[in-house]
Amino acid sequence: MTWSQMQPLLSQACWDTLYMVGWSTLIAVVGGLPLGVLLVLTDRGGLLQNVVANKVIGQIVNVARSMPFIILMVALMNFTRSITGTTIGREAAIVPLAIGAIPFFARLVETAVREVDGGLVEAVQSMGGNTWTVVRKVLVPESLPSLISSTTTTIVALIGYSAMAGTVGAGGLGDIAIRYGYQRFETDLMWITVAILAVVISVIQFAGDFAARSLHRRGGRSGPAPKLRLLKAGVSSPAADVSKVA
Amino acid sequence: MPPPTPRAGTPTPALDSDGNPVITTSGLTKVYRSRGREVTALDGVDLHVREGEVYGVIGQSGAGKSSLIRCVNLLERPTSGTVTVAGQDLTALAGRGPRAGRELRQARSRIGMVFQHFNLLSTRTVQDNVELPLEILGTSGKERSRKALELLDLVGLADKAKSYPAQLSGGQKQRVGIARALAGDPKVLLSDEATSALDPETTRSILQLLRDLNRQLGLTVLLITHEMDVVKSICDSAALMEQGRIVESGTVSELLATPDSELAAALFPVDGEAEGEDSTVVDVTFQGEAATQPVISQLARTYNIDISILGAAIDTVGGLQVGRMRIELPGQYEDNVVPIGFLREQGLQIDVVGQERPALVQEGAK
Ligand SMILES: Nc1ncnc2c1ncn2[C@@H]1O[C@H](COP(=O)(O)OP(=O)(O)OP(=O)(O)O)[C@@H](O)[C@H]1O
Ligand SMILES: [Mg+2]
Repeated sequence: MTWSQMQPLLSQACWDTLYMVGWSTLIAVVGGLPLGVLLVLTDRGGLLQNVVANKVIGQIVNVARSMPFIILMVALMNFTRSITGTTIGREAAIVPLAIGAIPFFARLVETAVREVDGGLVEAVQSMGGNTWTVVRKVLVPESLPSLISSTTTTIVALIGYSAMAGTVGAGGLGDIAIRYGYQRFETDLMWITVAILAVVISVIQFAGDFAARSLHRRGGRSGPAPKLRLLKAGVSSPAADVSKVA
Repeated sequence: MPPPTPRAGTPTPALDSDGNPVITTSGLTKVYRSRGREVTALDGVDLHVREGEVYGVIGQSGAGKSSLIRCVNLLERPTSGTVTVAGQDLTALAGRGPRAGRELRQARSRIGMVFQHFNLLSTRTVQDNVELPLEILGTSGKERSRKALELLDLVGLADKAKSYPAQLSGGQKQRVGIARALAGDPKVLLSDEATSALDPETTRSILQLLRDLNRQLGLTVLLITHEMDVVKSICDSAALMEQGRIVESGTVSELLATPDSELAAALFPVDGEAEGEDSTVVDVTFQGEAATQPVISQLARTYNIDISILGAAIDTVGGLQVGRMRIELPGQYEDNVVPIGFLREQGLQIDVVGQERPALVQEGAK
């Protein structure tokens, strides 16, 4: 195969992969963010403490997360058809990708949000803020660097899953690798695919890390600098001697 | 020593306020339950903070100070008892569920709070941090920034408006915390160990700021601390907490006038060992203009006794000039009833050292 033959194949595949990953990331963030925040809020001692709801959501998330993607894809076939009207092609692949990524992202959100200092929540409560204010003004903005890192992790994971989706005719780079590399022994094309994937993943990881770090640097710690706490800093009173007066 | 009975404070003319209680707790009890264990953090606390005063609650770690202040704006739900702030019964507003209803949130927005660890949002600039309570109140953007800049100016940080908290020193962060607490124009400021993370120098400047705000804005300040110096430098009134109870309370001058007050002794210690075996040691406390010098020499002349001064000090406590002197009179207490009566007649506060603590006297007399 010559480069001029490969080039349109590859650019189409790249586009398909980005399309699938882009949409499913978007859906995963939109769905996983509230779910992750809810996991924190409903937990014991949380602002919306509800042990039953917490257990139920947690269990669903756990099961969905541990489901192998291939099985999830097959299991969701009817659901996918009811949404997209088909079970093949990149649109159809977005459904299982997004549904697989929502609980994945939700757990990452949960971890990130838990890191937020409870004192900040208390401060907003003392100002008269409600739970929604706490979420909007504290939990999300303060965990933003971690949330960005979580998104990066999710995107990278989705690129991997999207390659599997390729095996059921969703197109994309995984599809190329299977059809040309595996079935037709076009090793050159396969290696180019691998290289493209490596580059794409690196770029995304780098961009994500950079964004998270620059946000973090701007914010930095808000806690007190670790200071030497003077035990009983007994400032001696400027005691005047009265005995002279007497 | 038996546990001291609570002594309620009564308004004194020394304080220029109309004496309206602005924070009142009655029978406040807080029991924490976790995994079957129960901790009684507050055990029937009656607190009365009058308008315009700086009220300090002091106590050892675990005494229940934080629980108390967090119950005042109901960040912590009291197990029983009531909290009234500015005439509003907050416990009645709290409702049943764990979530704060609208009315309680509105009441909270009129109570400022500053924290030991500042609790500033790291992703917001100083100005945006101060604007946060105003955002919650729904103030318009223009008004918010005007107010925030005004408050930053008030706390001396006008030039730091665009900085992030991470770029500030501890003292500056606490100033931002104070500016933020004032954004909702509160009548009351709660401070939970606001200076405990700061060095002594910075502590003094923050306390001075609180004092100034108290004077300029007529702000009532309820602060908790474990440092006696904090009480000494800015409080008009103080309460001592032990094991969830208030064991002593009152204005500083009341406390100083209370015989055997632990707080008074801690606020203003005098010491000195008795020299003779057969003698009576007396602490003389005088406030304001009361002059001791003529009194002591008059005492010596009138009764023809030798008086030795064991120790003495003058200090300013809560804005009051206070002097204390420990003197030794020859003879047992019984022999000195008349001279002591004479001192009391002169309007001086007299504590006979060791009268109620014989064990101590024996040790001191050795
Ligand atoms: N959320 C909680 N759950 C269980 N017990 C608690 C809780 N908060 C406080 N306590 C307990 O209540 C008691 C009083 O605590 P509190 O924090 O009010 O003391 P404090 O006087 O503020 O002490 P410190 O000076 O160390 O801050 C302590 O025994 C503490 O262990
Ligand atoms: Mg405390």
